[in-house]
Formats: sequence, C-alpha cells, structure tokens
Amino acid sequence: MALAQPVIDQPMEWEVAEKQVGLWSDAWQRFRRNRLALVGAVIVVFLVVVALAAPLLVQLGIIQPPNKQHVEFIESGIGQNGYLFGSDELGRDTLSRLMFGAQVSLSVGILVQLIILPIGLAIGLIAGYFGGRVDNMLMRFTDIWYAFPDLLFVLVVVSVFQQYTSGNVLFELLMIFGAIALVNWVNLARLVRGQVLSIKEKEFIEAARSSGTPPSKLILKHLLPNSLGPIIVTLTFGIPQAIFLEAVLSFIGVGIQPPQSTWGQMVNSGYENINANPSSVVFPALAIGFTLLAFSFIGDGLRDALDPRMRR
Amino acid sequence: MAQTLLQVEDLRTQFFTSRGVVKAVDGVTFHIDSGETLGVVGESGCGKTISALSILRLVPDPGRIVSGRILFRGNDVTKMDSEAIREFRGNDVSMIFQDPMTSLNPVTKIGPQIEEAMTAHNRFTPEQAKVRVIELLKRVRVPAAESRVNDYPHQFSGGMRQRAMIAMGLANEPALLIADEPTTALDVTVQAQIISLMKQLNRELGTAMMLITHNMALVASLCQRVIVMYAGRIVEEGPVEQIFKSPQHPYTWSLLRSVPRVDEARKDRLVSIRGLPPDLSNPPPGCKFHPRCPFVIDHCKTEEPSLSEVGPNQVARCWVLMRNVTDEALQVARTASISQEAVRKLRAISTDASSPA
Amino acid sequence: MAVIAGRPTRGALLPPWFTAFTGTRGGALAIFVVRRILWMIPVVFFVIVITFALMHLAPGSPWDKNGGRQLSQTVVNNLNVKYGLDKPIYYQFGLYLWNVVHFDFGFSYQYEGKTVTTLIGEGWPYTATLGALAFLLIVPIGVALGVVAALRQNTKVDYATMGFATVAASFPNFVIGAMMVVVFSVLLYQWTGGQFYLPSSNFGLDDHLVLPVITLALLPIAYTARLTRASTLETLRQDFIRTAWAKGLPERLVVIKHILKNSLIPVVTTLGPTFAFLVTGSVIVETVFNIPGIGRAFVTSVESYDYPMILGTTVLFSVVIAIANLIVDIAYVFIDPRVRLM
Repeated sequence: MALAQPVIDQPMEWEVAEKQVGLWSDAWQRFRRNRLALVGAVIVVFLVVVALAAPLLVQLGIIQPPNKQHVEFIESGIGQNGYLFGSDELGRDTLSRLMFGAQVSLSVGILVQLIILPIGLAIGLIAGYFGGRVDNMLMRFTDIWYAFPDLLFVLVVVSVFQQYTSGNVLFELLMIFGAIALVNWVNLARLVRGQVLSIKEKEFIEAARSSGTPPSKLILKHLLPNSLGPIIVTLTFGIPQAIFLEAVLSFIGVGIQPPQSTWGQMVNSGYENINANPSSVVFPALAIGFTLLAFSFIGDGLRDALDPRMRR
Repeated sequence: MAQTLLQVEDLRTQFFTSRGVVKAVDGVTFHIDSGETLGVVGESGCGKTISALSILRLVPDPGRIVSGRILFRGNDVTKMDSEAIREFRGNDVSMIFQDPMTSLNPVTKIGPQIEEAMTAHNRFTPEQAKVRVIELLKRVRVPAAESRVNDYPHQFSGGMRQRAMIAMGLANEPALLIADEPTTALDVTVQAQIISLMKQLNRELGTAMMLITHNMALVASLCQRVIVMYAGRIVEEGPVEQIFKSPQHPYTWSLLRSVPRVDEARKDRLVSIRGLPPDLSNPPPGCKFHPRCPFVIDHCKTEEPSLSEVGPNQVARCWVLMRNVTDEALQVARTASISQEAVRKLRAISTDASSPA
Repeated sequence: MAVIAGRPTRGALLPPWFTAFTGTRGGALAIFVVRRILWMIPVVFFVIVITFALMHLAPGSPWDKNGGRQLSQTVVNNLNVKYGLDKPIYYQFGLYLWNVVHFDFGFSYQYEGKTVTTLIGEGWPYTATLGALAFLLIVPIGVALGVVAALRQNTKVDYATMGFATVAASFPNFVIGAMMVVVFSVLLYQWTGGQFYLPSSNFGLDDHLVLPVITLALLPIAYTARLTRASTLETLRQDFIRTAWAKGLPERLVVIKHILKNSLIPVVTTLGPTFAFLVTGSVIVETVFNIPGIGRAFVTSVESYDYPMILGTTVLFSVVIAIANLIVDIAYVFIDPRVRLM
C-alpha cells in the first residue's frame, strides 16, 4: 500500500467562503424578504404621496377642497352625488378630507420623533455614560415620568394649552407635538442608556478610553453606530404611538380643531351620524387602523432585519 | 454471561433544514450488553448526541429517524407507539444531559422533580417516592438530603445539580443509562468526584451505561468498550485497552494525542487536529476525514472505506490504518503544528454555530 | 464577615434582630413591600405637583385671579374658601395637598355644588364593572390564545391567532369600537329588519355590556396573547423540557407542570400594563358607548375645562395604576422562586 508523505499544509477545499456583507446591506436584504414589512412600506409611501399630492389634486380639480360645504349633499353615501367616498354632515368631501387628514397624521407621527430623538438620546447618553448617582437620579426621574398614564397626561396638557392656541393650526400642531413628545421620550432614553451600558463594558472602549480619546469622540465613533439599530426601531414604533395619541385627542374633540380635518375628528363626527351614513365612520376608522398597522409592520421588519442575533 | 441489551442497526437520522438535508447520523451500528459501559467519543457535531437522542426518540425538529432499527431487548424502539415509548423513557433507558442548570426545571423543587419520574411509571406510589428520593440523593452523595429535597435547582451547586440529575436518571433502576457529557459543564475538581461516583454506582447497581464524551481520559477510567464517531459514522470501535494502545484510525490516534499525560503539562483540547468538522449537508467525497488527515493518500479522496477488522473485536474505517504508517511519517505528523490557514479560518468562523450538536 | 474583611460592612449599626429578620425570605419580602410602598409616595406626589402646576398655567382658571371665567358667585365663594386664592401659591398648593390626602378634590365647575369626590363616586361603579368584566375576558382568552399559538407554532392556528393579535393591537380602541357599532348595531339592525342588534350606548347589566367590554378587552387580549406566545416558545426551547420528555412523563404533565409553570411567569408582569390599558381605555370606550363612568366624566371635564375634576380624576387614575403595579410586582416575587430579594 502506498504511503503518504504527511501532508501538512493541505488547502481546505470544503469551507465555503463567506461573503463579507456589510451590516446595512445585510439588513436591507432581510427587510426586503419580509413581506409584511414591504406591504407596510408600500402603504406608508402611498400615504405620503397622497398627503403631499392632496393640495395639487384640489388645484387640478380632481377632488373637492376639503372644507367646501355643500349643504344639499350632506351625508351622501359612497359614490353618491359625485363624492367617491361620500360626504359628511356638512356636505364636505370625505375623500378629500381623508387626504388632508393624512397630512396631520403623518406629520404628527414623524415629526414628534424628531423632538423625542434629541431628548431621549441626551438623557440616555448622560445616564449611561456617567453612571453612578447621575444615572440613579435620572432613572428615578424617568420612572416617575413613566408612572403617569400617557393618554391622561396628554389630555391634561392639551386641555391646559388648548385655549392659548385659539384655532391656529400651527400652534395646535406644536402643542400636540410637545405633549406627545413629553410622554413618549422615556422609552428612547431607557433604550439608549441600556445600549450605552452594554457597550461600555466591552474592552475596546477601555482601550480607546485609556488611549486618551475624548468622550465626545467615543460617543460618536463607538457608542452611536452600535446602537443605531435599536434606536431606529424604537423611533419607528414611536410613530404609530404618536399617530394614535393624536387621533384619540381629535376624536375627543381637543387638539386640532376644525376646519382642519383630522382622521380622529372624522371618526367622531361620522360616529354621530352612524345610523344614517355608516361609511363616514368606516373610512377614517380604517385609515387610522391601516396606517398604524403599516407602521407596526415596518417596525417589526426593521427590528428583525437589524437584530444581529438573527443572522441565518 | 453478557446478553445484548441494546442493538442499534444502521441508524440514520437526518435534519431537514431550509439549507438542505443534514445527515447527522449516517448508518451507525453498535450494541451495548447489560452491565457494560460503552464510551462514545468524537468532536461536537459528529452525531453522538443525536444517536443517543434517537434511541429515546427525542430527536428535535427538523430531525427525524429516517431508517434503521433500535432493538432494546428485542423490541424495536422506532416502531413503538406513544404509550410504549413513554413507558420506555426514564424507565428502561434513562438519559442525563450535559448542563444540569438548564436541564432542571427552575421553578420546581428538586424533590418533586425526581419523584415525578418515579410516579409517572407507576413503579412507586407517591408516598414511596417521597421516601425513595431521599435515599437516592444520599446515594449520589448529596449532603443533608432530607432538607435539600425542598430546594430549588438554583440553590444547588453545579456538582450537586449533576448528582441530582444522576439520581433522577437512576430513580427507576433503568437497565441502561445514557450520559451525555456529564462532566463537561463542571469544574475540574468536581468532575473527578462525579467520575468516581459513577464508577461506584456502576459497580453497585450493574446499570449499563452509554457515556458520550469528547474527553478520552473519562473513557479510560469508566468504559470497557469505546466507539469513535466522525461525521455521523463510526470510524473505530473496540475494547478500551486495545484502542488506547494501538488506535488504527488516524482520527482516534489524533484524539489520543490530546489525552493529558502525567509527565507532561498538556491542555485537554483537540488542538492538534487541524481543520474543522465537515459540513454534514455537503460532506467531502471519499473518506469524510480525509481533508484533515495527516496520512491521507489519493484513494482516500475518492472512495469511502468501510469498517474492517483490525484486531480482536476491533474495527476501523480507514484505507491506510495506523499500523501501516512509517515511523518517519509519524514523526513529522507529531511535530506538525496547525496550519496558518486553518487558524485563520477557525478564528473567522468561531462565532458561527451552525453544526447540529 | 466584617471582621474578616477588615472593614465595617453595610448595616454595621443595625440591631442584630433586624438583620436576622431581613435574612429570612419572609423578612426580606416585608422589607421589599415596604420599600415599594414608600417609593409610590414620590411618584404620586410628582403627579399631583405636575397636574397642579399645569392647572395654574391654564388661562381663566380660578387659580388665575386676574383672568377668570364667568363662574357663579357661590362657586367663587367656595373656591376662595377652599383654596385660599389670595394666599401665596405655596400655601395654595399645600392646602390642596392637605385636601387630597383627605380625599377632597374640591368642587366641580360643571355641576354646581357637586364635589369632585361625589362625581367620582357616582361614576366608578360603571367603570369598575366594565373593567372587571374586561379583565375576566383578557386573562383566560389572552393566555389561552398565546399558549395554543406557541404549541402549534407555524401552523395555520398560529398565523391566525397572531394575525388577529397584530390587527387588534394596532387598531385603536375607538376605531374598533366604532367599527363594531357599525357592524353589530347599524348593519345588523338593517339586515335583521330591526330584530336583532347590539346596543351601542348607555349602560345596562345586559347586552348593553357586550360591545363596550369587548372593545375594551380586545387590545389587552392581543398584547397578552403575544407575550404568552413568546414566553411559551422560549420555554419550549429550554433543556429541561427535553429532560421532562426523557423521564417519560405524560404529555399533560409536561405541558402543565413544566411548560406552563415556567412560561406563565413573565405573563404576570403584563397584568400591570393591562390594568393601565383598562384605565386609559375606559376613557375612550365610555365616550364611544356613552357610559356614565369616570372615564367619560374625565373627557367631559377636559372638554369643559373643569379643572378640579381633571385634576382629581388624573390623580385618582395615577394612584390606582401605581397600586396595581405594586401588587403585580409583589405577586411576581411570590411566584418566581429565583427572584432574589437582596
């Protein structure tokens, strides 16, 4: 039997080379594979287009202006009198109001996150980075804040400041932004703090710190990029929360006042005429529901896509 | 007169994953006689745990026993119905697992967990079981057994938990006890205690044992026979003294080189076998070990050897066989270090745990 | 221990009976409870402070003595007496605090002569009934759905229940309520020619309860189901489940004593947020279904700027939620033997 020379450096033929894919393209691929998330994304894009295009469509005469009242056509059903989705109790075009309402919902949802981001980030970073007593105090502070039921707090704040805004839509919006942001920043702060704490323990931070890197650079170059994923997910989930709160406010009748249409308002006024014309409730109700659902799907999709543990 | 307790014939267990079919156990045949201790060695992923789980038909999804027979006292386990298999488990054949912390129910006290093993098979009444639990714990040398019975697993130390698991495994006096890496999760000093305990129990109770491990030293102290598995197959089998003295398969030989010796301070790890375990959904052609074998010849790459007799009661699956390797080849292989490429690949893949256990 | 370490440890000055007491699990539990109760106090205090401050910022509240709404003279007199409106603000706040501790939240603006406490007393039976009924639905249904979905993972049953849960969790209370009214009140009425429909407003201990309770319970059911499923799936992956099968235990025993006993523990922690959901949810549901409970009273008080009422109900809700969370935390310690109390 022929004997082998012991082969020492034989190349390994059986390992498949792993393509080095970056985290983001990897995440994007995973997101694309998630059908629900894609559906959600399509819906959101559609809504954004609708919201942006609404004034244009009115200009072009394709839909009625949202505040135009036609007393003779009140409470039309679907398709009646030239109203595609019917009209409400003042004869206003439901479809048009839905489209303009989308502007409010989307801007509240998304812009509130822009306010929450710096607050939550700052507090979370400070608490996590400095630790000790600062952390303790800040955490107690957030605990107390957390104890306030969010809906009630927002209602109280809005009821107080409502009278100052006196029908100015911009001020109303700002008030709503502020109220909602005040309630929802806690989640982001806690998350950021958790991220900072877990990354702080890792050795490469010790190394960077001992080599004299200033804290700001540490934060920017090390802490932030690693926590970016969960931060994005939290913000994404914050959008439907904010939209929900705004909708409840306008359903109750506080917050954004008519004539600016919001979906919550439409559900409210439609509800009063529910026997005569159920569709005036159904459409805004479904609009709210599907928008929230869409953002939830996107949030879930992002979370799965960005979760490093789920690499298959 | 030894009688055959367990006969496994050409067992094939496969996992049907989205990436392909993984042949975790690929035609394994062995037997265990009553009272004897059989060692099963190999690296992680070689199929030893799955073989054991197959015996109890506890293969997790997406795995399935695809073919083969498992005869326990003549009855084919693969054909038992659910009631029969339930009676079989924990009663005729018991299994204890690697990590006692995660293998015990954390929110139930230790006593009831052992008692339920006994009452489930109607071998003892609940009252008898309560008494017997204390006896069992004493037997496995758990101190203060009477009060320990009311403790939760997290209140036990690692060694004591493993003892409790052993007690649970032996509660119904099974004919065969399968122990899957019983000492791996324990400290070295505790390991020694558990080993001596198991030796003693084996003497006292006469329970047959299938000891799964990657630790050759354990095999040396506890087992009469040993089978060596690689890539889902048996590559060598025989009595312990013979295998240790003259292993015929290069893999066995490499494993034995990692046995700690009294005259050398050596770490108990398989650092001397370069390369990585094969991907079982896409295994190499020919002999499955050939990419890592120090003594490979061309024939190894094309045709897989079958088990051939290489000594009294000893078989090995190799074209070359250690007894045919020249002294100078041995010399070179002994001093060869891990190739740089293998080191690099080992580092890159060390975070990925893809092979089934 | 201190002597060995060569320096005093914490609690060196405590009397030995105290340290012995806290050493036992019973003793440690008592300390834990006391600490948590004490912790509630700053929380409630903070709620009162914030709400009080906000009330002061509102234009035209009685606390703004320069502005002022058109309140009747009797109300103004009551307010002056009650709140010492010409005294400095700290005094007013202190007075308010004192009143709160005596469960006196002042007079409502909307209803002449009625105290907030009276109004709350009138409303709470309705709210409590709705909440209790919803809770009785939430726990069994939510848990059952979650467990079934987990045990039949990736089958149609799983997808169906989780699909339902996702939708129910995403559609707000009032949307679901409105839709249910459309279907079960309006359309059902039309389709059955007036024979059969579910009432959509007012309260009654009959089928008037059906729609509101379901609307209130739907979201917490979804939330509970999701969590139970996740927890059960996590438990199923644990090694000790394999041990249980390996012992030859019957399936029923494995499911109940091993799987559920572990997977239901985290679900207990959802009871706190569930309770909070019920409270805030009642605000919306009572408005939609026109039920005279505290929730609706809160909404009308917001709409009519009835500040004492707003203040009173907010404080009440917050305290109730805090107590519920406290109870849940304590219960958790009892249920999970692994929890260390210190």
